[in-house]
Amino acid sequence: MTQPLVAIRSVSKTFGEFQALKQVSLDVSAGEVLCLIGASGSGKTTLLRCINQLTPVDSGGIWLDGELLGLREEGGRLHRLTERQIARQRLKTGMVFQRFNLFPHKTALENITEGPVQVQGRDRQEVRSEAMELLARVGLTAKADAYASQLSGGQQQRVAIARALAMKPMLMLFDEPTSALDPELVGEVLSVMKELARSGMTMLVVTHELGFAREVADRVVYMDHGAIVESGSSRDVLGAPREARTQAFLSAVI
Amino acid sequence: MSNAATLAGGFPDLSKLPVARQAHWMRWFTAAAIVAVLLTIGRAFANGQIEWSYVSRFLTAPVILQGIVNTMVMAVLAMALGIFLGIVVAIMRLSPNPVLKSVALGYTWLFRGTPLILQLLLWFNIALVFPTIGIPGLWSARAVDIMTPFLSALLGLGINQGAYTSEVMRAGMLSVDAGQYEAAKAIGMGRLRALRRIILPQAMRVVIPPLGNEFIGMVKATSLASVIQYPELLHSAENIYYANSRVIELLIVAGLWYLLVVSILTPLQMLLERRFARGFSQTAR
Repeated sequence: MTQPLVAIRSVSKTFGEFQALKQVSLDVSAGEVLCLIGASGSGKTTLLRCINQLTPVDSGGIWLDGELLGLREEGGRLHRLTERQIARQRLKTGMVFQRFNLFPHKTALENITEGPVQVQGRDRQEVRSEAMELLARVGLTAKADAYASQLSGGQQQRVAIARALAMKPMLMLFDEPTSALDPELVGEVLSVMKELARSGMTMLVVTHELGFAREVADRVVYMDHGAIVESGSSRDVLGAPREARTQAFLSAVI
Repeated sequence: MSNAATLAGGFPDLSKLPVARQAHWMRWFTAAAIVAVLLTIGRAFANGQIEWSYVSRFLTAPVILQGIVNTMVMAVLAMALGIFLGIVVAIMRLSPNPVLKSVALGYTWLFRGTPLILQLLLWFNIALVFPTIGIPGLWSARAVDIMTPFLSALLGLGINQGAYTSEVMRAGMLSVDAGQYEAAKAIGMGRLRALRRIILPQAMRVVIPPLGNEFIGMVKATSLASVIQYPELLHSAENIYYANSRVIELLIVAGLWYLLVVSILTPLQMLLERRFARGFSQTAR
């Protein structure tokens, strides 16, 4: 078996009294689209944030592209990486947030070019034309100069996806990308994500959109109380769940 | 489609009747009373011991005009120093580093906790503590030569202002949604870059109205530098009335200039606010 792009091993995370992740292990191979489903508080968002190091893990390890994230092993001990090193590791992942988090003082185009120009130090003109291509890809060429306040939620989220893609990540993380959207705007965001999945991007998607998971996901992982309960193809997990807890969750949401 | 048939009768149609204007007797009365009071005060001043010709003569005297220039130069430079210190101290205060946090707290505590005029006097007289200042082995000079009224006033006003501005800046930075930090981190930004590129520009929108307030305060606070011989507006006015004894006339001259400057600053602040409101309203372009 080839090396997985993401390898999560025995990751635990506690917030105060609340144990968000309990010894979670998971592999994601390159090109795979994996959907994480489960009730709120089940740890799926925390797992995603741990991969992007917005939340540091308490114990265990996450490897991305063979590189241990956030930690360095030396002399039989683990040392936390510096903020600069962590920032460099983050360049390999793109993150899309539930609440979009576009920079409101910048236009759609400026949101997309900010990272490549300021962080990666790339040529402004080159980045700009790439950003226009990305805007075209998410169907928002006409909105290049619009501010977030002038965009609908669905448009904002599509710009946010373009912003993440502009960094040329090897892994895209989606944290409930459609949960904050009005129902009629969900479709446009999902279709952008479907196109991205078809293009071969490795994607980890925390979602409540079971239709999307059924159609696009190579694998569906059901989490409950900080642990992975069931994992398999979308047909198996969503169509014929083996675990009683998965069955209960699915019958509650459908 | 009419639903008149289903509505109960007995309620007249009021939609055609005009609404009569209300008589505000109390407003008329208070307005008249205030005008009477103002007239009385105005008359008192007109008949008082004020030589208005001195006011108009000194309003544009070269020494007074130079005083305003000095006042504005000092206010702008001290405010710039204050804003710079304020940003640095606010970032230190919000830093996870406990050492930086304590230093920031100590700075605010010290300079907000003592009177400005006392700080000005301390800077001006610092030569009493350190007769010579400099970098050992490289350069040194007598403190009396270096601590001119200008530099003492700049340090005193600017460092004091920094203590207040840091709190304004901190409030502005806290007003920015935490999701903005995360989005900045997610595109690979470090803390300082995220602050500079993402957080501070958004904080400015919140911070400008209180900063405008602080700057207006600063313009007037420069008058305290008159006690350390900095030739700003009030000091110039004082120098004139020490010679000609027209105390009230010269104070009125200074007061009129302060009023004028502050009146000009208010619309300038509105222009700045509009600049930093970019992207925050539907009409923003």
